[in-house]
Amino acid sequence: MNDVLNIRDLTLKFRGYTGVTDVLHGVSLNIQAGEKVALVGESGSGKSVTARIVQGLLQDLKSAQIKGDLFFEGHNLNRLSAHEWHALRGTSMSMIFQDPTSSLNPVFTIGTQFTEVLRRPDPKLSKVEAAARAGELLNSVSIHDHDRVLNAFPFQLSGGMNQRVVIAMALANQPSLLIADEPGTALDVTVQAQTLNLMHDLVEQSGTAVLFISHNLGVVREFADRIYVIYRGRIVETGPTRAVFKNPGHAYTKALLAAVPRITGGGIPDIPDTDDAFFEPMVVHNGGQA
Amino acid sequence: MKRMIIILLRNPLSLLGVILVSLVVLSAIFADFIAPFPDHRGAVVDFVHFNQGPTSRNYMGTDLVGRDLFSRIIYAFRISLILGVVVLAIATPVGTFVGLFAGYLGGKVEFILMRLTDVFLSIPPLVLAIAMMGVLEPTLMNAMLAVTVMWWPWYARLVYNIARSEREEGYVLAAEVIGASNIHIALREILPNCLPAIITKMTLDMGFVIIIASSLSFLGLGVQPPTPDLGSMVAEGARYLPDSWWLTVFPGLAILIAVFGFNLIGDALREILGADQ
Repeated sequence: MNDVLNIRDLTLKFRGYTGVTDVLHGVSLNIQAGEKVALVGESGSGKSVTARIVQGLLQDLKSAQIKGDLFFEGHNLNRLSAHEWHALRGTSMSMIFQDPTSSLNPVFTIGTQFTEVLRRPDPKLSKVEAAARAGELLNSVSIHDHDRVLNAFPFQLSGGMNQRVVIAMALANQPSLLIADEPGTALDVTVQAQTLNLMHDLVEQSGTAVLFISHNLGVVREFADRIYVIYRGRIVETGPTRAVFKNPGHAYTKALLAAVPRITGGGIPDIPDTDDAFFEPMVVHNGGQA
Repeated sequence: MKRMIIILLRNPLSLLGVILVSLVVLSAIFADFIAPFPDHRGAVVDFVHFNQGPTSRNYMGTDLVGRDLFSRIIYAFRISLILGVVVLAIATPVGTFVGLFAGYLGGKVEFILMRLTDVFLSIPPLVLAIAMMGVLEPTLMNAMLAVTVMWWPWYARLVYNIARSEREEGYVLAAEVIGASNIHIALREILPNCLPAIITKMTLDMGFVIIIASSLSFLGLGVQPPTPDLGSMVAEGARYLPDSWWLTVFPGLAILIAVFGFNLIGDALREILGADQ
């Protein structure tokens, strides 16, 4: 078993003033080394909270009740001390967010922030070495005028440029898992496609596994090897991307695919907000290893 | 930094502020050389020249025991500036750290720190200072203490509000994901984003601290005679208005110049640093 990430029967409840809200009802998924897996679903289906739980960011929240096993490279994350888990972040696992520009602190130059990232595994790294290493990494995301970019503040660069900087930073320490939470949703479509292609090539080269979270099926189809469809905190369908797109088995997946706008027109199809069929048991396609 | 200074000097209003403040600061620093009668800052009596209007010997006249007002005002600047600097040097860091950690950490820390701050804010500032001075001995040290105690909660509020909104920013989440510690995020990520507002408030507050300190000594609760203080000089002269007008007008103008100068610079900094959010 060479799973980078294996989530088993993860449940999440939020305790609020009005009572307990169930958010995840037993989500299980696994990602193998170097595999690109997409987690697809509508707003509020539990995509992002799953990612946060893997990072250990929700566990601190008093109102969150989390159950279920998380295995990262064979270690049970729940058994790790806070310190050990903390050591994994930024080194073995990293994450990219929706809006690249706000992910960078506006008062520091890109170079300063890059140095901080590179010093995470190696605190003694000198400024010169860090700059050289940052230059190489920026090269790999097709930014060739490193000096200008490293001396620039995030708001002086375009969104696409920042996105590439963020990708370079996320992959700087050669993590074994990259969680991409709707990367580039804040960018326009062409820039998004460009940067995702870059990211695709980079993770192929470095053998980094990716958990790609998105509601954009077009992007997912291009990017992922395998997909999980999540609806209201339940995984409803999983399988190789091509198989799921070609032959969706679950009512919800069919509705989701029908909602993709088509260039041939025809308008927005009439899809119900919810349907009993959406709560049918999970469909596993051949080749899916969940 | 260099850019900031250039902008400050280019705008006529902020240039005026810079000039007024440099005037006050330089005369305070070089008081010993500028003041025509340096020994008049202490307990000196000169009944030959007492209570005289402005003359070529005493540019701003003399007080009730014949001391040169001009010399005393210059030394009073020194007291005012020391008081302002010390008060802000203590109140700002204290308030900033309280606000920063309350805003970033939230939860119980926020509850305890901010309710404590609210307790201080609920008492009118001058009343709090007067109450403290009533209990303590009226000395320069205690005046600083009283003003500091009433001052830090405002910084805590300011920084708390900024930290609360910065906490939701993407870069804070990104820093958490990359494994930065709470202290790193608070001090190295959020604090730099609060600095423009803090610096602006400090500059504006220099003026206000001078006013509050003067108010305290006007009421007889601040610096005690014979040490020259702008507030107590105004209070002393107020009884002899309008005949001996120079006794109140010149110290009053001195307060105005210092406060006005700091306010002009503060306003300009607010524009430049964009702390106006």
